Amino acid sequence: MDENTIICRCSDVTLKEVRNLISEGYITFEEIKRITRIGMGPCQGKTCGQLVMREIALATGKNIKDVKFQTNRPPVVGVKLGLIAEEGRKDED
Amino acid sequence: MKTSADIVIIGGGISGCSIAYNLAKKGVKNIIVLEKSYICSGSTGRCGAGVRMQWGTDMNCKIAKKSIEFYEHANEILEYDRDVDFKQSGYLLIADTDKEIEQFKKNIKIQHKYGIPSRMLNLDEAREIVPYLNTSILKGAAYCEKDGFLNPFHTTDAFYKAAKKLGVEFNTFTEVTNIIVKSDKVVGVVTNNGNIATNCVVNATNGWSKEISEMVGIDIPVYSERHQILATEPVEPMQGPMVMSFGLNLYVQQSPEGSFIMGRGDSNEPRDLRMTSSWEFIEEMAKTIDLILPPISKLRVVRQWAGLYNMTPDKQPIYEKSKDVEGFYMAVGFSGHGFMFGPITGIVMSEMILDEEPTIDVSMLNLNRFKTGNLLLEPSVV
Repeated sequence: MDENTIICRCSDVTLKEVRNLISEGYITFEEIKRITRIGMGPCQGKTCGQLVMREIALATGKNIKDVKFQTNRPPVVGVKLGLIAEEGRKDED
Repeated sequence: MKTSADIVIIGGGISGCSIAYNLAKKGVKNIIVLEKSYICSGSTGRCGAGVRMQWGTDMNCKIAKKSIEFYEHANEILEYDRDVDFKQSGYLLIADTDKEIEQFKKNIKIQHKYGIPSRMLNLDEAREIVPYLNTSILKGAAYCEKDGFLNPFHTTDAFYKAAKKLGVEFNTFTEVTNIIVKSDKVVGVVTNNGNIATNCVVNATNGWSKEISEMVGIDIPVYSERHQILATEPVEPMQGPMVMSFGLNLYVQQSPEGSFIMGRGDSNEPRDLRMTSSWEFIEEMAKTIDLILPPISKLRVVRQWAGLYNMTPDKQPIYEKSKDVEGFYMAVGFSGHGFMFGPITGIVMSEMILDEEPTIDVSMLNLNRFKTGNLLLEPSVV
C-alpha cells in the first residue's frame, strides 16, 4: 500500500502519518487517536480501526487480537440533536 | 524503569507534564512521571478544550491571564513539531437572570485590574457575534475576545515531548499502588511495575487526587464529579466564540476542525470515579441547544464521553507543599480548569519544589484554607 494512502477518511490521516507515530513510540490506538483524530470522526473508527490496529500489530510484533481498540462511544450512529430534543420533550408531557 | 528518582510526578496529564517540563528546564535531573494509562488519558484528554480569562476571583484571573500569555507562544517555547491549535476566538458568556448580569459586572471589574480585555454586551451586540443566538430568554452577555480554543492532546503532547527531550523519564501504563512514608517523610513509591526510591512525590492526578493523597495519610476535601461532553459532525465554520452559560449549565464551541463540542455537569451525580456516558446528558444537552442555538440542533451527534472534575469547596485549585508529610506536593482540585491553568501549574509547582520566588503568589491556594474557612469562592463555573 502506498504510504500516502488515506486510511482515515473522516480526518484525512495517511498511512505514513500513522507509521511515523508508531515509530515515535505512540503504540496504542488511543494515543494515535489523540494526536491524529483517527476514530473521532463520524465513522467512529469503523473504517480506520482495523487498519491502524494492523499497523500497530506489525510494528510491535503483537497479535492483532491483543491490540486494544478505542472505547466505543455512544451514539452508535449520528443522530440529530434536534431529534433527541424533540423526543426528550415528549417525555416531559 | 529507573529504581530511584529525585522527583516522582504522578499523573501524565497537562499538570504532570507541565510540572516535569518546568523542573527539567531548571536543571533538575532524574525526574520520573508515572501514568497509570497513556499520556493524556485522564481529565485533560476529556476536557472541553476551552481556555478563558473571564473569572470572578483575583487568583483565577491572574493564573488564567499568565496561562493564556504562555499558550500564545506555546509552539515556539516548547519547540513543538505539531500545532497546539490555539485559536483566540473569544468566549461569550450569556446571562438569563439579572443576578447573573450583576455578577458579570463584578467579575469584569476584577478582570480589568489584570488587563483582561472583557466587556459587557447588550443582546444586540451579542447577536452580532453569534447571529443565531436566541436572545429571547436572555438578559445580556459578557465577552472576551482573547479567550478561546486549545487542543488538549497536542498541548499535553507538546509539554510531554519537551520534557522528554530534557531527560524526563515517562512510564506509562504504570499505576502507583502505594507511597511509602517513614517518620513523616516520603521515601518511595510502589507501582505495578516495581518500586522507586524518592524523597519527593508530586500528586498531579486530578480526578484521582484523593486516593493518591490518602496513600500518605492526608485527607483532602475534594471529590470527583462526572462531567459529560458531546461532539457533532464537522461543518463549515459558523460560530466564532465559545458560548457559555452558568445559569443554563452549558458550554458550546466549534473546534478548528469544524465539529461542535458541548458539555455540562450535573451536581446530583454520585461522587464516584465513573467516566461512562448517560442518555440523560445527551437529552438535556439537546434540549438546551435547541432552545439557545437552534441551527446547531440540525447537526448530528457523533460521540459523547465523560471526564472528571476534581472539585474543591471553593472551586479553585490546591497548590500545596505538605506540612504533614515532608516531600509530598499536590497540584490538584482544578474543578474543571486544570487544562487551561496548565502552564502556571508547572511554573508555580516547580518554584515551590525548588524553593524559589514564585511567579504568582499562590500561597492562598494552600490546603489550610479549608480548615480556617478562608475560602476564595469562584462564582463562575459550569
